[in-house]
Amino acid sequence: MSKDRKEYWRKNLRIMAWLLAIWAFVSYGLGIILVNPLNHIHLGGFPLGFWFAQQGSIYVFVLLILIYCKLMRKLDREYDVDE
Amino acid sequence: MGILGWTYVFVGVTFALYIYIAWRSRVSDTKGFYVAGMGVPPVANGMATAADWMSAASFISMAGLISFLGYPGAYYLMGWTGGYVLLALLLAPYLRKFGKYTVPDFVGDRYYSNAARLVAAACTVFVSYTYVCGQMRGVGVVFSRFLEVDINTGVIIGMCIVFIYAALGGMKGITWTQVCQYCVLITAYLIPAIAISMKITGVPIPQIGFGSTIAAGHPDAGKYLLDTLNIIAKDLGFVQYTATFATVNTNMLNVLCITFALMVGTAGLPHVIIRFYTVPGVRQARASAGWALLFIAILYTTAPAVAAFARYNMVNTLNDKPYIERPQWYTNWQKPGLVAWVDKNGDGIIQYRPGAAFVGRPDFKIVDGKRALGKYGQPLLNNKITTNKNELYVDRDIMVLASPEIGGLSAWVVGLVAAGGLAAALSTAAGLLLAVSSSISHDFYYRIINPQATEKQRVLVARIFIGLAIVLAGYFGIYPPAFVAQVVAFAFGLAASSIFPVILLGIFYKKTTREGAICGMVAGILFTGIYIIQTKFMGVGNWFLGITPEGIGTIGMIINLAVTMVVSSFTKAPPEEIQELVESVRIPRGSGEATDH
Repeated sequence: MSKDRKEYWRKNLRIMAWLLAIWAFVSYGLGIILVNPLNHIHLGGFPLGFWFAQQGSIYVFVLLILIYCKLMRKLDREYDVDE
Repeated sequence: MGILGWTYVFVGVTFALYIYIAWRSRVSDTKGFYVAGMGVPPVANGMATAADWMSAASFISMAGLISFLGYPGAYYLMGWTGGYVLLALLLAPYLRKFGKYTVPDFVGDRYYSNAARLVAAACTVFVSYTYVCGQMRGVGVVFSRFLEVDINTGVIIGMCIVFIYAALGGMKGITWTQVCQYCVLITAYLIPAIAISMKITGVPIPQIGFGSTIAAGHPDAGKYLLDTLNIIAKDLGFVQYTATFATVNTNMLNVLCITFALMVGTAGLPHVIIRFYTVPGVRQARASAGWALLFIAILYTTAPAVAAFARYNMVNTLNDKPYIERPQWYTNWQKPGLVAWVDKNGDGIIQYRPGAAFVGRPDFKIVDGKRALGKYGQPLLNNKITTNKNELYVDRDIMVLASPEIGGLSAWVVGLVAAGGLAAALSTAAGLLLAVSSSISHDFYYRIINPQATEKQRVLVARIFIGLAIVLAGYFGIYPPAFVAQVVAFAFGLAASSIFPVILLGIFYKKTTREGAICGMVAGILFTGIYIIQTKFMGVGNWFLGITPEGIGTIGMIINLAVTMVVSSFTKAPPEEIQELVESVRIPRGSGEATDH
């Protein structure tokens, strides 16, 4: 494997790791583990933890995939591996 | 025109549309039949994936489930959407680059082993089949509730429709009908949801109305809806709506495990994975995962709002109200037995409290071919009455089915909801049946039994197997095995503990060997399978950290990963050409060429 390809793969893994960290933090962190402390804060009529569990995390998931597509498109072009 | 008339119109028009689309997209080669010629645009694939994924259960039952669960309902919401992040980041682009037809294709080639291919094919068939039986039943139930035909007739009509477009058009026909079915189901879901949100909170967007104050003219007007639900629940002795981890089965560890198992299971479902083979390239595979989740999110963020509105409405219109003043929707849905009332204390007033009002589903007392009525005109029941104070039986499906009537909408919307429910059930059934038939006809027949088969033979075999699969699914729809409801945990557990980890390591851990993958899959399946059988069927308690069978796939997956990695480190490294295959899968360029083999 060429040096470029190795670097491309490493950067790909880094993007993935960051996005998955956010994925886990929002759903398991804010939606489940921290739900009780967050529920003391209110967002309109929503206790915040409850909102993350039943609404917010889903919005974040959609955003994460969008960001992933953008970043990978840039990375593919940078390393000249796009289609 | 009445409700029944409108229902016939909507169902008839949509069915004609599905058949027309199938006729327009009929195919004659295997690439068209299995992966729609790999020419589906990302937005269309996103819609098709959303329809493929959202079943009769998502459409009809999920809001009701959440409505009775409150906060823990979040594990369905996060679990069934979060899996798409895993799909987009970890599986879809790489599998698309690999560019073949099925999940066992990848497993068999990557692990240079027909044994691995067989295990993966067996898992695919089992996982998809447990699912499809429920869908066929769902079609029958929608037919019987809305069109007043027998459930079995409904199942047979559904079988015929699916057969026409799946056998004719294969994946191509299924894809374009699913696009159409998505549009039907999302419209049917949103119209009543918006109407109820307007009625109860005055806000037209359900996702916002959910967190708003109750509109004037309703009880507790001016207070926040969720606060009111909590107070109502407390007064009646239920667990509060937003309360967390309140019962044994919803402790934090279990909520975490179920959410994770559902996410990983979603990412490992074969009928969802194969949808990503149908797009032109890697970039489109990533994008279509994003579109799919966006389209799914529209329904999944509306469902918890519908759940809260419906619960508020139900308690306020039924609880502590005289039976003779019941709303019209109650009378309508009492007919098919979705609601029932037993007057335990003889006061003529409906008391809604925790616990089951009686044992089982309503079994109405029949005298001279008619339902026997009690003192207040309520149909009497044969069921064994329980000793608690609750007098009301409510089927969870009613939360969505009755939503147009609760929202005060006219008859045509009820017809639209029926068409939406059918679209959800049929689209999922078709996708599952294609996954089953391609596993048998492609992975088993072509790759293992008869590799010399011609293109023509292969398409014919695929058509025959999809036909057989439909007949078998219809049979299970008409004679549902008693364990159908129990085996959904199986489908997710097995997908999580077998298919997901084996593909993941195949891509990200180059040193995974054939022996490692097979041992890992077998270990994952055995642990998960035995645990579910023990706890669901043999009455054994949840012995592993109190985790319920729905969440055990999480542990099964960890076991699979650990066993695979350990065994791989002891066995001979994969051959050079396999390591090169893994390298090539990691690079997007060249996905166009790798499609034929």
